[in-house]
Amino acid sequence: MLIGILSDIHANREAFDAALEAISQAGAQRIILLGDLVGYGPDPTYVVEKSRALIASGAVGILGNHDEAAATGNTSGMSENARDAIRWTIEQLSADQRDFLAKLPLSHLDGEILYTHAGAWRPQSWPYVMEASDARRSFEAVPARIAICGHTHVPAIFYSTAHGSVSSFTPLANKPAPLFATLRSVIVTGSVGQPRDGNPAACVALLDTGAMDVTMLRIAYDWDKTAEKISRAGLPGWLGMRLKIGR
Amino acid sequence: MSQTFAPGVVIDGFELVERLPSGGMASVWKARKPGIDGDVILKIPFLDPGQDVSVVIGYEVEDMIARRLSGKHVPHFHAFGDLRNVPYIAMEFVEGTSVAALAKSAPLPFEEVRRIGIQTGEALAALHEQKVTHLDLKPENIIIAKRGAVLLDFGLARHAELPDLLAEQSDVPMGTAAYIAPEQVLGIRNDKSSDIFALGCILYQLASGEEPFGWPQTTAGMRRRLFQRPPALRSLNPNVPRWLEQIIERCMEVDRARRYTDAGQLVHDLRNPDQVRLIERKPEPTGLKALFHRLFGGGDARTELLLRKSTDMGEGPPVIVTAVDLSGGIDALAEEIRTETAIVLAARRDSRLACVAVLKTEIIGDSPQVDADGRSNYVNMLVSLKDWAHPLHLPDGRASFHVLEAVSPADAILDFAERNHAGRIVMGARASSAMRRHLGSVSTKVVAEAKCSVSVVRIKAVETAASDTTPE
Repeated sequence: MLIGILSDIHANREAFDAALEAISQAGAQRIILLGDLVGYGPDPTYVVEKSRALIASGAVGILGNHDEAAATGNTSGMSENARDAIRWTIEQLSADQRDFLAKLPLSHLDGEILYTHAGAWRPQSWPYVMEASDARRSFEAVPARIAICGHTHVPAIFYSTAHGSVSSFTPLANKPAPLFATLRSVIVTGSVGQPRDGNPAACVALLDTGAMDVTMLRIAYDWDKTAEKISRAGLPGWLGMRLKIGR
Repeated sequence: MSQTFAPGVVIDGFELVERLPSGGMASVWKARKPGIDGDVILKIPFLDPGQDVSVVIGYEVEDMIARRLSGKHVPHFHAFGDLRNVPYIAMEFVEGTSVAALAKSAPLPFEEVRRIGIQTGEALAALHEQKVTHLDLKPENIIIAKRGAVLLDFGLARHAELPDLLAEQSDVPMGTAAYIAPEQVLGIRNDKSSDIFALGCILYQLASGEEPFGWPQTTAGMRRRLFQRPPALRSLNPNVPRWLEQIIERCMEVDRARRYTDAGQLVHDLRNPDQVRLIERKPEPTGLKALFHRLFGGGDARTELLLRKSTDMGEGPPVIVTAVDLSGGIDALAEEIRTETAIVLAARRDSRLACVAVLKTEIIGDSPQVDADGRSNYVNMLVSLKDWAHPLHLPDGRASFHVLEAVSPADAILDFAERNHAGRIVMGARASSAMRRHLGSVSTKVVAEAKCSVSVVRIKAVETAASDTTPE
């Protein structure tokens, strides 16, 4: 089965639509929205409503830290830009939309695949999976053969190999990276709406459970338009600027 | 997983015929399957409970890489078993002679060593073109078949665009003690020139009868190759020509900036021994000086050198073939070709240039071979070629000169470029219609049929007389 995994959409309507179009063309049979639907970006209402519709027709939604902050108003631990954006986001959303965000689950287990927004060992504390040592904590804490998360905005894959050691791999754009029948993996998908790996194109993970591989699809979209909306909304200028450079 | 294997047992349609000698990682069976001509090899990893995880990883690596390999220099892979059922790799049984068998009669005649070097170098070039580094090249893994050298066993291999499951897997160097490259001893697994080092060790062994670094049993023993050179090849076998000794030494350079970085360059030198520039070997430090050097001097500096990657040399083509027509002297087009050649050369610091001129023969043996002064056309052309290249100021060893005699210049250039693994051909095209009848079609044919990129240089039409220029 082909599964399209969209993480860290961050209220970026242009990137979200481009990503959905790309996975539909690729033939994805299932959609996972891996958290952080909102925050940073200028279109929270659109992204929340579209996500709600997708979930109603079978997609899986997961809670991200920005979704939680937008639902509860608690922005502790966030950067100033993120806090400003959350305050603005709360003003845009209806009580009903915030309630939808509040009810998203922290994780979803589908057979041998576990989905969380942040590190699977303590998803409610939002740890990042950046390095092999982070992935090792995940391997030690959860038995899932494939654990998939986002949150860092930087795509990576970690494989649990011999004697507790972990191999790291930076998947290449649009090239399938293999998964292995005998080795467990942690897949960190890049961000749809705010990539930070130097490539401004939206990132979607396409997991092929038949061929046993995962591809980080990169989709160019109109980031100038999104940046302009950010500026018009009075959100911090850097949030628009970074979309153009992918940082 | 607990299936027993015996002659007659059928796995996914493959009937096991006979168990072949095999190592500790997998059992190897000769097998057959209806619909497949010839024998099949079935490699079945030992994946019993309690088996070391590294066996599983080695199998996963080989499975991952073999699926992506093709061409005549690897076995044809028929099928891959499902790891959750019976894992196996089914591949063609390659008819031929293992280099391990040939090594038993070493020292071999140097022509034989050269031939094996060229064939294996070509197989490495084909493998490296597919972004794969073997990292465990040894005589047992090379079969000299009718179609050329065929490389086996990709359990330690690395694909540049795929995860390296073996990186940082163990403190023990992964490879074979006699042939492992020094950087691999330090755990570096990302350089195709590691395969060239191993090939150098194999050629040394074939030429002398001895492994250059012996068979060290410990990591410390393997590390010794970082600091100590093997005995000069000609001290073991004086019949080895100096050019061959030098080529093999260059394969075994510890400093990857001085080693061949590209298998195509090695093949080129083995094919053109008269172009190898001979250098005096520096005497090794002896006595106390050597001891001091080993204990305090060379070590860190050597390790530093090893951490420098050979591909820091730039990204241009490693071998450039420039074909130039000097029958009219060094004309404007020849100068333009030289300028273009300089630009391509500059893209990579260690690139090599092969300058080619074609001596056109109408029918072989039917052309005047001597000019009015009695000098042969061949020598005249070689002299002009060197004269043409002089302004490039290339050090000896970076450029070589070749006069090809041929009926069809295009075929000669194409054949030469392919045999020497050219990454780029630079040549000219004439704008004048009179000349094009003669030569212009050469570039058209080369562009159409070359297996690498071709830069075609032209003189702007304005600069030639308008009357005899056909617009392009």
